[in-house]
Amino acid sequence: MADNVTPRVRVPRDATAGEEITIKTLISHPMESGQRKDGDGNVIPRSIINRFTCTFNGETVIDVTLEPAISTNPYFEFQAIVPESGTFEFTWYDDDGAVYTDSKDITVG
Amino acid sequence: MKSLFKGGIAAVAILSAFAANADEEADLVINEEIEITVRTDAPAHVENLSTIYSGWVFRSTETQALQMDDFENPGMIFVDDAIAAWNTVEGTEGQSCAACHGAPEEMAGVRAVYPKWNDEAEEVRTIAMQVNGCRTEQMGADEWKYDGNEMLNMEALLASVSRGIPVNVAIDGPVQAMWEKGRELYYTRFGQLDLSCANCHEDNYGNNIRADHLSQGQINAFPTYRLKNAKLNGVQGRFRGCIRDTRAETFAVGSEEFIALELYVASRGNGLSVEGPSVRN
Repeated sequence: MADNVTPRVRVPRDATAGEEITIKTLISHPMESGQRKDGDGNVIPRSIINRFTCTFNGETVIDVTLEPAISTNPYFEFQAIVPESGTFEFTWYDDDGAVYTDSKDITVG
Repeated sequence: MKSLFKGGIAAVAILSAFAANADEEADLVINEEIEITVRTDAPAHVENLSTIYSGWVFRSTETQALQMDDFENPGMIFVDDAIAAWNTVEGTEGQSCAACHGAPEEMAGVRAVYPKWNDEAEEVRTIAMQVNGCRTEQMGADEWKYDGNEMLNMEALLASVSRGIPVNVAIDGPVQAMWEKGRELYYTRFGQLDLSCANCHEDNYGNNIRADHLSQGQINAFPTYRLKNAKLNGVQGRFRGCIRDTRAETFAVGSEEFIALELYVASRGNGLSVEGPSVRN
């Protein structure tokens, strides 16, 4: 079980219709690759975030598969076009079965 | 072919000159909200400088940008860890930091005056010593390692709530003897390379020492997230690194010599803003 896993998200509060906005996300996570050994030579079990998704009003914006080579505290920055007011939902899936979520509302004026 | 080759060299030279020159005129505003003083008149007790500069001024544009937004600043992840520790009850007394001090924001301004004299203990205390004092005396908890992760995280939290507040370390009264000792150390040459702090950070700031752009060695921005080791670094750990680079036997982190040096170097930055956790290379 990874400790101190905290998702962080930045989405603009408002936008104009059809505007391309920048979304930044970061989750603090050790991303243990499963390839390293501890002091006694035993393999440290893999523990990573293996999937990240972002949806807008239920529609998929991105859906990412993460592999063990991705480093600690994975950071994603991407663009999305917002046609209307709504809610971005962010979900991170951990190897240990834990699911971390965050959501942000955006107003299109 | 020959002329092409020359052109290639010239282009490389221009690129590297560009990369080495940081934007020394830039101003630092964090989150478009907190204004940071990165250059100001030197305090009267710093005889050999007229203007003091934060180390931020000497870094590349990209590194500077990382510190202008908390989302981009990797040091802020450790601040979040420290907020969890702040609210955690530990030790025999059933206390947390929050039980006495309230929210971390209540500690605004504290980082700016450390190291300072502690009347009860009759010693100069760095902020790390004060945190451990709280842990052992008030909480009945174990001490944290002087520059261990928990301590550096907590120092980062205490610095983050004081950002924008000018450093104002007292140098007279009961701390004067330690301050004089720190000053002595600052101007003492150490190691096979026979270098004092002043040789680099007073005589040669702004110049390059091989690929590194020398700053004034100010510590207003500590703890600092260094891109080279991807973690928070404390003041005294940095002192150790500097002295090691002169090929000397270094003092220990937490030693009286380093406490004195930290007090003196902190006072050289009186007037600059607290800006930790900062981002450096």
